[in-house]
Amino acid sequence: MTTATTTISEADQELSRRRFFSQLGLGSLGVAAVGTLAFYYRYLSPNVLFEASPIVNAGIAENYPVDSVTLDATSGIYLIRVQEGFFSLKAVCTHLGCLTAWKPELGVIACPCHGSRFSREGQKLAGPAPKSLPWLKTWLSDDANLMVDRSAEIPALQFLRI
Amino acid sequence: MANGIDTLIGKAEKTRVWRSIFRSGAGQSTLHRALAIQQNVFLHLFPTKVRRRMISLGATWYLGILTLGTFLLLLITGVLLMLYYHPSVPQAYADVKDLKYAVTSGLFLRNLHRWSAHAMVFLAFAHMFRVFYRGAYRPPREFNWVVGVVLLLFTLLLSYTGYLLPWDQLAFWAITVGSNISAAVPVVGNKFHFLLLGGNQVNANALLRFYVLHCAILPLTAVLFLVVHFWRIRKDGGLYVRKSEPHDQDEPKAASGAGEKQ
Repeated sequence: MTTATTTISEADQELSRRRFFSQLGLGSLGVAAVGTLAFYYRYLSPNVLFEASPIVNAGIAENYPVDSVTLDATSGIYLIRVQEGFFSLKAVCTHLGCLTAWKPELGVIACPCHGSRFSREGQKLAGPAPKSLPWLKTWLSDDANLMVDRSAEIPALQFLRI
Repeated sequence: MANGIDTLIGKAEKTRVWRSIFRSGAGQSTLHRALAIQQNVFLHLFPTKVRRRMISLGATWYLGILTLGTFLLLLITGVLLMLYYHPSVPQAYADVKDLKYAVTSGLFLRNLHRWSAHAMVFLAFAHMFRVFYRGAYRPPREFNWVVGVVLLLFTLLLSYTGYLLPWDQLAFWAITVGSNISAAVPVVGNKFHFLLLGGNQVNANALLRFYVLHCAILPLTAVLFLVVHFWRIRKDGGLYVRKSEPHDQDEPKAASGAGEKQ
């Protein structure tokens, strides 16, 4: 009597061979599916990018008079010289990535796409842009050229004194 | 004249070649007509019997068939444009200029493609407004509405990916702005942006990816959903015709008579 009950409950819990193998099969298919997704994700992400270097050589400082704003449209950066020194701003609007333009008659940087406005120091003044224009790391190279790293953002108002 | 053609078709239907292609023969019985549908690879997915009213193009104010028409026009003109267009940075813009100024009828085909694309977006929206305000989305057609929303999405994605291909300033900035919108998706946004462009900026990889999406992946997937859309029309009881529509009230006999004639 007792033995019979035990056998039944064991049979309920025990994995039959058929069930075991079908679960094993489905499980390995699941693993293969995840692997396939990872495979495609890796394949679609290029390892080598043929994009311009983030470091820009802007030439000698004498090219930039005091109180001037120069747009380097190819690199998407501003090279600005003021009394305090030299600094560089990213010229790409923080809203949706359009190239902004310096408006000397208004003294502001304006985005042609959706009307955002920034001060000469990159401070957001108006428009849909969520953030100010970031300041970029600038330094003088050994042969006295101004260098800008487009991929390195620094806190605002850190002027490069020359 | 018409009689002559009828006799000619009648004779052709009796030949061995005709019978090898259309096995069912040309009888007028219900069986013959059912077999004609069932034994045709293009039609066999559909029910063998359907009321004419249910698939009458006028039921969607012709907006459905017009959207399909523009889609077919886009397929044909698109394939023709592919024969002159290279999706590479040095060539893309020049190829579009070539199509405009140097290729015979190139300007016509390109403009046909462009205006059909605009028309298709407009017609798809108009079609959906008609379906919505007439209540044709209600059960049992609710799933076909969902398929229709997916098709609208594909229409817009096809428009968007095609936008980059001329590789001019408008294209470049439109895709820069549009792809930055996709980067705003929480968590995966930046990864998705990178995968979509194949890089960090709109460049050679982005042009090629948009080309493949525009010419292969998106149209093929859209055709798949189109097939489901047309199949569901018949499976869901045909196109929706509102009972209170004037022609239904005024001529109930004519309407049912049209159905029986099938």
